[in-house]
Parts: sequence; structure tokens; C-alpha cells
Amino acid sequence: MSDNNYGTIVKDGLWEQNVVFAQMLALCPTMAVTTSGTNGLGMGLASTAVLVVSNILVSIIRKTVSDQVRIPVFVVLIATLVTIVDLAMNAWVHELYKVLGLFIALIVVNCAILGRAEAYAVKNGVLASAADGLAMGIGFTGALTVIGLVREFLGSGTLFAQASQMLGPAFAFLEVQIPDYGGALLMILPPGGFAVLGFMLAGKRIIDQKLAARGEAAAAPATA
Amino acid sequence: MNPVSLTAQTVASPHAHGGNSVSRTMFRVQLALAPATLYGFWLYGWPAFFLWALTILSCVGFEALSLKLAGVPRIKGTLLDGSAVLTGWLLAMTLPPWAPWWVAVLGGFIAIVIGKQVFGGLGQNVFNPAMVARVALLVSFPLPLTLWVLPLPMSALATPDFVGSLRIFLGSLPVPDAVTSATLLGHAKTELSRGVDLAAALHAGPGLSWIGMRAGSFGESAAILILCGGLYLLITRVISWHAPLGVLAGVAIPAAIAHGVDPGRFLSPEAHLLSGALMLGAFFIATDYVTSPNTTTGQLIFGLGVGLLTWVIRSFGAYPEGVAFAVLLMNAMTPVIDRFCKPRILGRDRKGKPIDIPENA
Repeated sequence: MSDNNYGTIVKDGLWEQNVVFAQMLALCPTMAVTTSGTNGLGMGLASTAVLVVSNILVSIIRKTVSDQVRIPVFVVLIATLVTIVDLAMNAWVHELYKVLGLFIALIVVNCAILGRAEAYAVKNGVLASAADGLAMGIGFTGALTVIGLVREFLGSGTLFAQASQMLGPAFAFLEVQIPDYGGALLMILPPGGFAVLGFMLAGKRIIDQKLAARGEAAAAPATA
Repeated sequence: MNPVSLTAQTVASPHAHGGNSVSRTMFRVQLALAPATLYGFWLYGWPAFFLWALTILSCVGFEALSLKLAGVPRIKGTLLDGSAVLTGWLLAMTLPPWAPWWVAVLGGFIAIVIGKQVFGGLGQNVFNPAMVARVALLVSFPLPLTLWVLPLPMSALATPDFVGSLRIFLGSLPVPDAVTSATLLGHAKTELSRGVDLAAALHAGPGLSWIGMRAGSFGESAAILILCGGLYLLITRVISWHAPLGVLAGVAIPAAIAHGVDPGRFLSPEAHLLSGALMLGAFFIATDYVTSPNTTTGQLIFGLGVGLLTWVIRSFGAYPEGVAFAVLLMNAMTPVIDRFCKPRILGRDRKGKPIDIPENA
């Protein structure tokens, strides 16, 4: 696990070990907040911030904290960070905070964050842990945004609705509205989330199989 | 020596076959649905026919696509077993007769891909595919899915011709307001929410529902034709009486009690039995082999549950009609029911202990 190859870290975070699409962690916030692309993006960014800092801190203290008490210590650390993010979002992106609300506080129990602390940061150096947190966080953000966009598109016929409220007026160009589309309400509701995630998992498997087949085909002439 | 006499050709069991098959069962159910369907064409005209045809076509198309993606050998044989046709047929019967084309296509996708093939195809699905699609469509598109038209013989307008019907179906011509109407259940729910007494709100009795002279879904209007189809299935032993009786009793008994106590608040059992999808649900949906319990006791409990939930949703829920919701909820209960209604194993008692056989009996 002490693999400090940054290329591998990035590849794992974005695709191979993607929090949502490969590890199937953090499904509760995934289902709950991905009703629009903006919500998914906001939630993903908040989680990424927590993930990077928690990975760094856990990596720093990994040799001073004994094995027996490490989980409570990590949880206290993560809870502190989440409180900071929670208050910061309440202060600066209040509109988004009102939408995400409870789920920001629930980042504490997001298994992806404790999972990375346990699986990676506790065994690796500070820089590698920070890179891992960033890659995993971006992978998580990407997954949430994509699911959110698909659900938003099918469910209410918009893309990145209210993005300017979160990112500032400069990002108003992201907002797309499809005219004359009533929207399929079900996609905004939880069943739609599960259906979209299911089809995306199937899609990832197909892509992985194609990649694997191509890799074998490329490797075969080289060895022969 | 003759070598031929020493070799016997091996034939796998079953050695005697009754001739029953998936496609035969499906064909019989379709035959039972045919009278109500043809009558529905006459009631609602060409748009209903287009809807019916496209829903079935869509179901078969998505079934073929799923089978191809899943890499199933002998696609043609699986495709022609009639199950996709039946799913589409049942779904079409529960849709508003003048629903636009995309409802049919999307319904076929939800029913076959999400409701059935995702679980592994015929026999593997937990929920009734047609009801999954019906509920998904209703929740997603409340407006087009609750736009009921009056049966044309009753409405003020003349029957739309072939081209006009096609335009209504394709959505380029709006459904004329003059032919739309509320269903009995919808009307009762609206009037109750306005605080109007049911005795004052309902002028005509449910008698016309027997012959389908009311607004409603395309295939479920004429209770008597659905009933005849159900009886045909009972006689040919495609279905047993347990689930249908359970559904009808599950609705009628609480409806009778509540109506007796407060007729101004609760519809009569007759109105409940003849309204909405109840007859269709009792004979064609609740009897689905795949999604209902295996034992007859289980089917009776399943039916009673569907009926009771239907009555509860109709009387207290936000939606005027609840058969599809009730069926889905009881589908989810089916494994539990099966667990508690295991048949007795031959040679053992109900608790699974071997039956004591006297040595010198």
C-alpha cells in the first residue's frame, strides 16, 4: 500500500478506485444530493476539502497515535474539519448551504473519508496522502456532478441550474434550460438516483472490459 | 448378432408432456384480454389502438435489445414466448386511452429494461413489470397520465378520423377539452377535498361501469369483459381463484364496513369493485406467476393485502387510484409470505419433523 507513484494515485482516485463507481462508498449523500449538477458539485467540493485536510492530518499524526485509539481520534479530526466547512459554507455560500443543509454535517460519517484515512493516509507519507485525498475527492466530485447532471437533465430539463449562486455570476453561462420540457419527476426522486447509478455502473463495467480487451490485444504482440 | 437391438436411444425426462408452455400460457392470457381490448378500441377510437400497438412494439423492441446486450443465445425463441407482448398489452390497458406516443415508448423501456431484464429476464423479476412502468410514468408525468377522455359514444364530439387520431397520438393536436372527464375515483377524491358530501357529489350510480361507459384507462373500463376474461383463465386453470378472490374481498369488506358507517365519506363497495384497475388487477396482475407467492394460501394472503392496500390508498391516500401501488408493495412482501407459507414436505409434519410411522402398521 505504500505506493507513492502519483500517476497511480490519480488513476485510482479518478477511475480505478473511484469512491462512487468502484468502491460504492458514500452512497447516502450520493443519492440524496445529486438532484442537480450544482448540488453534486457543491457537495463534492466540500467533501474534497475535508478529505484532503483529513488525509494530511491523519498522515502527520499516524506515528504518534496508537492503533487502539486511532478510530476515535480520526473521527474527532474529521468532525472538526466538517464543522469548519459547515460554518464556512453557511457564511459564504449560504444559498447552496440551504439546499445541502444536513448533508454537509453528515460528511462526518461519510465512509469515504474515514475509509481513505484508514486505507491510505495511516500508511503513507504526508504528500502522498494529500495527493490521494485530492484525487479521491475529485473523483467523488466528478461522480456526483455527472449523476447530478443526468438526473437534473432528465428530471427537470436543466443543466447546472443556479450555478451562479454557488460559483458567482461569472458562471451563469453554465446554466442551460431546455425549453418545453416538463421533466420526469421520478428522476429527481430517489428511485431515479438508483436507476441512474445502476446504469452508470453497468457502463463503467463495459468500458473496463473494452479497455482490458484492448490491453490484452496490445500486450499479446509485444510478448509474442 | 444384430447390434441395433443392443442399443437403446436415451431420451431425457419428462417422458410425458402435457403440452403446456410459457407461450401457451401467455397466449391464453392474451386471448382473455382480447374482448376488453377490442371493446376499448370501439370506446376510444384510433388513438387507443395506436397506443396499444406502440406499447407492445416498444416492449418487444426493448426485450430484443436487452437479450442481445445480455448475449442470450436463441433470442428469437425467448422473444417469441409472448411474455414481452403480454407485459406491453397489460401496460397499455392501464394507460389513459389517448396518451401520447412517448408514454408508450418510455413505458416499454421502464417495464422491460428496468422492471424485468435488469433482474435477469422472465421469472427473475421481483416486481410486476407492467405495474413498475405504470407507477413510474404516473409519478413522473402526472398530467398526461391523468388525462382521461370520455368514451366516444358518450361524448359530444364526433369520433376523430384516422389522421386526426394519429395527430393526437403524436402530440401535434391537443386533446379537445370537451371529451375529457374525471374518473369516478378522481371525481370522488376532488369533491371530498372540497368538502362536498359523496352522496351529493355522485349523481349516477356505478351501474354504467359494468359496460365501461365512464372515463378511465383504455382497457379496464368494461368490468364485465375483464371479468369474463378472468373466468376464462380460471376455467382453463391458467390462474387459481385464490389471488383474485383475495383482492376483491380485500377491497369489498373494508369498503362495505366503512360505507355502512359513513356513506358521505366512503365510496360504496360496488363503486370500488367496478372502478379503476381493480378487476384487471385482481384477475390479470395479482395472478402473475413470477411476482406472487407460490402456494395457494400465500396467494390468498397476497390478494387480501393488495385489496386492503388498494382500499386504504383510495380512501386515505393522495392518489385517487392505488391498485398499482398496492401490487408493488405486496410484490415486495412476496418473499416473506412465501417464507411463512411453505407447503408441508412429504413425510414430515408442518414443523419439518419426520412423521412417526408405526413399525407394524
